[in-house]
Amino acid sequence: MEKSRRSFLKLVGISTLGLGASPVLDVFAASGGHDGKPKAGVSKRLNALTAKRWGMVIDTRKFESKEDLEPIIDACNKIHNIPKLENKRHEVMWIWEDEYKHVFTHREHEFIDERIKHLPFLVLCNHCENPACVRVCPTKATFKREDGIVLMDFHRCIGCRFCMAACPYGSRSFNFRDPRPFIKEENKEFPTRMKGVVEKCNFCAERLAVGKMPACVEASNGAIAFGDLEDPESEVRELLRSNYTIRRKPDLGAGPSVYYIV
Amino acid sequence: MNDKNKIVAGLIIFAAIATFPFWYNMGKAVPVPEPKLSEKAKAAKVCVEPKEFMKSEHMQVLDVWRDVVVRNADRVYLSSSGKEYNMSLSSGEESCMGCHSDKVEFCDKCHNYASVDPYCWDCHIAPKEKK
Repeated sequence: MEKSRRSFLKLVGISTLGLGASPVLDVFAASGGHDGKPKAGVSKRLNALTAKRWGMVIDTRKFESKEDLEPIIDACNKIHNIPKLENKRHEVMWIWEDEYKHVFTHREHEFIDERIKHLPFLVLCNHCENPACVRVCPTKATFKREDGIVLMDFHRCIGCRFCMAACPYGSRSFNFRDPRPFIKEENKEFPTRMKGVVEKCNFCAERLAVGKMPACVEASNGAIAFGDLEDPESEVRELLRSNYTIRRKPDLGAGPSVYYIV
Repeated sequence: MNDKNKIVAGLIIFAAIATFPFWYNMGKAVPVPEPKLSEKAKAAKVCVEPKEFMKSEHMQVLDVWRDVVVRNADRVYLSSSGKEYNMSLSSGEESCMGCHSDKVEFCDKCHNYASVDPYCWDCHIAPKEKK
């Protein structure tokens, strides 16, 4: 008798627990917290361009003067809503031109040939193998993607400018002012930046994601090649194989991914 | 204990001041605003997820989207209904604002009411307001 009363009580207890638990579980399921993801997924676009390590080869033999570079720089400025600030100290630049002695500081000498001496060189973020800017960023606002592109997440940038101090190429610009009033034509497809964030070239990551080549490459009439450095069959590798190329300050060990044919 | 009057008067004044916000604002509650849907959004009937979910979780959705788009270059969202959407706040027709084209009527109405001030539009370009 004692045994059956005991098992009866057990049964009652368990059933009560069961009855009580189901509404509680329902509430948990309904509130669900802020996870933001129901049972959905994300994926890349089918036409996205991908690589193991993106790289660029700039054939400077195809450029003669500043006029040749202007359309390339303008194409980038327009697409990325880059403001035109007159004050040199406030300038924002993703891709710009500079002379040999400033670009290849370690290779300069006083008897360099005339063509090279006066040739304008295109400079941009080198999307380094070991980016110093990424190491110093305290918020991980700048990071290196799997495909080698060093990107900025403007949402996270706090404007400390450590990355600007770290970058040996001066590829980064700071928004000392609200850039909006200084953008002539806004490209609605791309955000502007706000005052207090750092910005730089992004190898047109937003265009690669929808299957387009970078804007500068498209505007260069074949003077700039872009492709996968890890793919021996790619156009950039072919150019690197058949031409003598140099990089900016390779002795620093940053491993820049932009090559110049001179 | 001769200060009874003073204490009572003080208590009454205190109670009056402490409850001031309640009786001052009595009956003045602003009704909860309803976001106004654009014609295109009305025609589409559904957002990327059910309405109730979007109502309570759109900020988390946007937060997740911006991370996967910026960091992983994943741009396609497969919703729980099985349909695919372009993940973007403000770039063109196939973005949030492509459908919800009226920022003032759709976003700002509730955000102002709830006194939240998201900084999306410091950088993202809002669609032009029709006047």
